[in-house]
Amino acid sequence: MKTKTVKRRTTRAKRRPAKLWQLRLYVTDSTSKSVAAFTNLKKVCESQLKGCYRITVIDLVKHPELAKGDQILAVPTVVRRLPQPVRIIIGSLSDTAHLLVGLDLRPAV
Amino acid sequence: MKTKGSKSTTPMTLLPKCPTGIQGLDEITGGGFPRGRPTLVCGSAGCGKTLLAAEFLVRGAAQFGEPGVLMAFEETEAELKANVASLGFDLDGLVRRKKIVIDYVHIEPSEIQESGEYDLEGLFVRLNHAIDSIGAKRVVLDTLEALFSSLANEAILRAELRRLFRWLKVKGVTAVITAERGREQFTRHGLEEYVSDCVILLDHRVNDQIATRHLRVVKYRGARHGTNEFPFLISNEGISVLPITSLGLNHKISSARIATGIPRLDSMLGGRGFFRGSSILLTGTPGTGKTIVAANFAQAAALRGERVLFFSFEESPNQIIRNMHSIGLRLEPLVKQGLLRFHSARPSLYGLEMHLATMFKEIATFKPAVVIVDPITSLMDAGTDSESKGMVTRLIDYLKGGQVTSLFTSLTQGGHSLQQSEMAMSSLMDSWLLLQDFEGNGERNRVLYVLKARGMAHSNQIREFLISDRGIDLVDAYIGPSGVLTGSARAAQNSLEKASILAIQQEGARRKRELERKREAIERQISGLRSDYESETMELRRVDEQVGTRALTLTTERAASGRLRQADAKASVSTRGGSRNGKNGRIHR
Repeated sequence: MKTKTVKRRTTRAKRRPAKLWQLRLYVTDSTSKSVAAFTNLKKVCESQLKGCYRITVIDLVKHPELAKGDQILAVPTVVRRLPQPVRIIIGSLSDTAHLLVGLDLRPAV
Repeated sequence: MKTKGSKSTTPMTLLPKCPTGIQGLDEITGGGFPRGRPTLVCGSAGCGKTLLAAEFLVRGAAQFGEPGVLMAFEETEAELKANVASLGFDLDGLVRRKKIVIDYVHIEPSEIQESGEYDLEGLFVRLNHAIDSIGAKRVVLDTLEALFSSLANEAILRAELRRLFRWLKVKGVTAVITAERGREQFTRHGLEEYVSDCVILLDHRVNDQIATRHLRVVKYRGARHGTNEFPFLISNEGISVLPITSLGLNHKISSARIATGIPRLDSMLGGRGFFRGSSILLTGTPGTGKTIVAANFAQAAALRGERVLFFSFEESPNQIIRNMHSIGLRLEPLVKQGLLRFHSARPSLYGLEMHLATMFKEIATFKPAVVIVDPITSLMDAGTDSESKGMVTRLIDYLKGGQVTSLFTSLTQGGHSLQQSEMAMSSLMDSWLLLQDFEGNGERNRVLYVLKARGMAHSNQIREFLISDRGIDLVDAYIGPSGVLTGSARAAQNSLEKASILAIQQEGARRKRELERKREAIERQISGLRSDYESETMELRRVDEQVGTRALTLTTERAASGRLRQADAKASVSTRGGSRNGKNGRIHR
């Protein structure tokens, strides 16, 4: 099972540059956690997915109706819309290892 | 029953309440949940937490003009709508009319990866958005504890929940939070420590294969409330809590009397039968004719033009009609006229509460003047002693409140010890008739007597109860030195008494004749004596006459001899002559 995942990851890694990653970051205002999350996400994306990612930041205070669609409870939340399947990471993303696992860039240990 | 009483008794100075509209619950809580504060509803699976919360919202939106938000963590919007629709709530319509917003919150733990600090601001934003979109006054969070399985960081979760409840209070919405029952605490995750204003505990217990739901207000800060455990049920009209203790003893009392349909029984009850609106218990061993007495009572009432509702828990309506026909009671025309209605159900069909609720509903729709429950004992088997006593209390109170005369038959197994077991129920009853059978001389005979009849002079005698094809007949049982005799023994005793009376009569006649004879003999003696006396008197008179004659003779003789002797002749002559002269002189003059 584990090897399979690794395999898939490697194949995906090969094709990764061709695909565009769509990431949504749900935040509320510019709280410290939100700012930290954006910084951390940007850092990881720059190092792993340089040039083929897009981060959309959604402020729930301004657009509360959008929270329902992605089943947002916790803030900040990163939703990986593409590639499928949808992945969700919550928190300030300070734990890079968990963030990588969450984004499926590294297999879960 | 539900809100009017509580509203009037709650002064304005008390905690503002938010009426739930749930039957009976507002009565227990004294007006509803605390307004603007969260209420915790906890209970194990299948207790009706979600339904209670949903009814609170639906009634709020439909009856009290308070829109609501339902945040569901377990069921989807479609599922909720379908579930609530089975209780007769049009959740879908309310959602379309923007009276209710349903927000289904779902998190798949496997999809979520936690990394670093977070808060639940997203939940707040959603809730806030939902509340503001329709101006909601009520919020239901069902079941918030689902979050504990979705989110790994419990410390954050707890902090956020505390913030959530504070936020709800600030927001001023009346919130209902449902939670699973924990092992040692009210909720599995200790939510009660955050919700401190009102905690309601639901429970679903199975006793003897019959399940009953119970509701208890564990805590209600700042308000008095009923602390008891109240049975409640979920019917097709939503939840109804049935408070026992809140029923007061302040029924209107009628002194009108109604006949029992058995004239002799009426005369045993002070001549006019039972009081209208009273409760009557009819106990008896099997086959003593309880149903017959009940059917007589029913027929008499229906013939007077009153509506009679006959709850039968043993026989089907047609069976009762057929059986009663055999003793000359024609119930079928009364059923056709709509004066008599039967309601038959097996006691084990559902729990006591459900029985009670269906009975209440039947009574409310049919509006009978007389209700017969035959037999109450088989219904009572459906619950524990205290439950069934509570049920009978509520039923009687309900009937008395409507001035409905009620007759309950009760099956006993014979012997006096079982009479004791009826004591609990009998204290609720105004009148108690006992049907018994006496065995002996190779036969079994029924007797009836009035054990108690509150407020009326009643016969203390045992009557023999005869069932013939013409109906019921009560005859005096023989009560004498040899005990109570019934049936052929009574008949034998009767003829024995007749014979002895005859013997006494004959003896009397004989004595009379003897006396007569004696009198005649005496009279004969008297007349004999009298004739003796008379003959003696005659004798005496004859002697007297003889004496007189002799004296005269003697005087004459003496005079003659005097004349002869010339003694004092002058004197005697002159006296004679003088008188003679005088006479003559008067004649001459």
